Amino acid sequence: MSLLDYFRISKASSASLAKERLQILVAHERSSRNQPSYLPELQKELLEVIRKYVNVGQEAISVNFEQDDNQETLELNIVLPDYHAKTP
Amino acid sequence: MARIIVVTSGKGGVGKTTTSAAIAMGLAKKGHKTAVIDFDVGLRNLDLIMGCERRVVYDFVNVINGEASLNQALIRDKNCNLLYILPASQTRDKDALSQEGVGKILEDLSKDFKYIVCDSPAGIEKGAHLAMYFADDAFVVTNPEVSSVRDSDRMLGILASKSRRAEQNQEPIREYLLLSRYSPDRVKLGEMLSVDDVQEILSLHLLGVIPESKSVLNASNSGIPVILDEKSDAGQAYVDIVARYLGEDKPHRFIDGKKGLFAKLFGGR
Ligand SMILES: Nc1ncnc2c1ncn2[C@@H]1O[C@H](COP(=O)(O)OP(=O)(O)OP(=O)(O)O)[C@@H](O)[C@H]1O
Ligand SMILES: [Mg+2]
Repeated sequence: MSLLDYFRISKASSASLAKERLQILVAHERSSRNQPSYLPELQKELLEVIRKYVNVGQEAISVNFEQDDNQETLELNIVLPDYHAKTP
Repeated sequence: MARIIVVTSGKGGVGKTTTSAAIAMGLAKKGHKTAVIDFDVGLRNLDLIMGCERRVVYDFVNVINGEASLNQALIRDKNCNLLYILPASQTRDKDALSQEGVGKILEDLSKDFKYIVCDSPAGIEKGAHLAMYFADDAFVVTNPEVSSVRDSDRMLGILASKSRRAEQNQEPIREYLLLSRYSPDRVKLGEMLSVDDVQEILSLHLLGVIPESKSVLNASNSGIPVILDEKSDAGQAYVDIVARYLGEDKPHRFIDGKKGLFAKLFGGR
């Protein structure tokens, strides 16, 4: 492999790296763009309710909105703390 | 009724004003009465690119404020008598443009013109918002570069949700990709995103590729839209773009770079 080829290959990856990064980013930004505007509020209120029973932090709960051709789903995920950490 | 075209991008410096000047001239040259409006309030530049900077008396904001009539503010192009320019104001007042004011001007222009080209400022602030709000068609100018592609996608989101057509549940704005400052040689070396890459990411209808070209600077130096430089690659690219927009079937050019001997022998242009 000549030196020139080496540069060709390493540079070839720069455009494809750009493409890969953009595809991930754009997909992510598009899905968050389509989220209903009540989502952050919903997440906040859900957290308050759950905290009445279990001591969880902000990061323990995630609300995901997903959309495919024929339906929209709301997925709620709560990671419960260790048994010992539970509030009375 | 006029068709309103916004030339937009999100990111700055990608070639919106160059494109606005070129396509407005192209449409007018094809026999359609066309107005081109500079929405970049505070940073007027379209007048320079069109070579009419010394003939500006009144501007967009003067008309909105009722200080001048549309006819007083519109500047007839020196190269084409079907083309008129409405320059931006140099005011620093960010709120100089109002939605009602802009809507009224576009409505008035619609009675008399076939196409209205709106040269959007960069960003997603008020000027950019108003430039795209009333649009029927959007020319999304993108450079083959990560931040430009991302910002274009952002703009697409805004066109689809914040425009008049979106708000009134009408048929959505027709969106077209204009990939500008393209260097086929760098694409071949893997240094630059290709047309296919960008199209795949944005899933937009490609109206044309404008090559990176010295002729663009020459054109702006002399204040003549590059589309009138018929020998230049960028000029021809814009001629094709206007033709395609008007429904002509033109194969894409400037994607593969300089034609080698092989291509010359086998029927390239
Ligand atoms: N195809 C091209 N080849 C080479 N240079 C170009 C090309 N298109 C635009 N340019 C140059 O890029 C610069 C920015 O162009 P232009 O003013 O049209 O961009 P813009 O998107 O309107 O910028 P802004 O966001 O500031 O309004 C100018 O110097 C112009 O000459
Ligand atoms: Mg500009």
